[in-house]
Amino acid sequence: MIQNIPLSYFLVISTAMFFIGIYGFLTRRNLITMLMSVELILNSVNINFVAFNKYLFPQHLQGHFFMLIVIAVAASEAAVAIAIIINIYRNFKSIDVENVDEMKF
Amino acid sequence: MLNEFMFILIAVMILVFSILTVLTRKILRAAVYMLFVLISTAGLYFMLSYNFLAAVQLTVYAGGIVVLIIFSILLTSHLSERAVMAPFKQSLFSALATLAGATLTLVTILRYSFIPNTGVDPQFNIIDVGNALVSYNREGYALPFEVVSILLLAAMIGSIVVAKKEPTLKDKEAKLDK
Repeated sequence: MIQNIPLSYFLVISTAMFFIGIYGFLTRRNLITMLMSVELILNSVNINFVAFNKYLFPQHLQGHFFMLIVIAVAASEAAVAIAIIINIYRNFKSIDVENVDEMKF
Repeated sequence: MLNEFMFILIAVMILVFSILTVLTRKILRAAVYMLFVLISTAGLYFMLSYNFLAAVQLTVYAGGIVVLIIFSILLTSHLSERAVMAPFKQSLFSALATLAGATLTLVTILRYSFIPNTGVDPQFNIIDVGNALVSYNREGYALPFEVVSILLLAAMIGSIVVAKKEPTLKDKEAKLDK
């Protein structure tokens, strides 16, 4: 743990980042910026894992590994999402969510 | 004193750049602001003296994912293009909903008193982390490692298959017209 800095400071930062990401996800209309908001959300979860590991269970490694797993999930999610986005761009010439409604209804 | 100063600096950087990431109208700039957020997060991990995690954060997140996102931005939009945001009413209600959620979470967090473990604080070096990652003993994490490696393999194959160039609808119509 860090001297003079309680655990809740970390949690406040990650909460703020999480909800900023949600706000971006709700208001953005471009698929790539929505993906970036999701990356922000995943990153804030990582901060939580690492801070809990350091402050509450410093003798274990759970936080380490779940953070690594979240990073792997984020990487594979970004790869698949970008593949889908490029395919959408090829078919619709735009990656605006308002235009991609072929499979609706 | 120095600790607090560094922490506050990193926290302010994280908050300011994440707000800019979701608010800026230029998409490429949003990606660069997100890069700053990720680097500041690595700074937090360095402050917690988790050097390995900070290195992973810098290489995989700040190095890999951001480059992937920047490439796809360059492929799919013009640099001068302004991003379209949701209409004002929708932004307002999204802001209200996220503010309500953030307030609820913050109140819950701040009212709960976490009892930090002040006893042992072993320093894990990269060898300990690597040994625990592939060990199948009591303190080993071989199963999540295998699961996530299968996930990565599936995602890799899936993204190759999805992004593969196939004749689009227009190409087929052009062929039929001929």
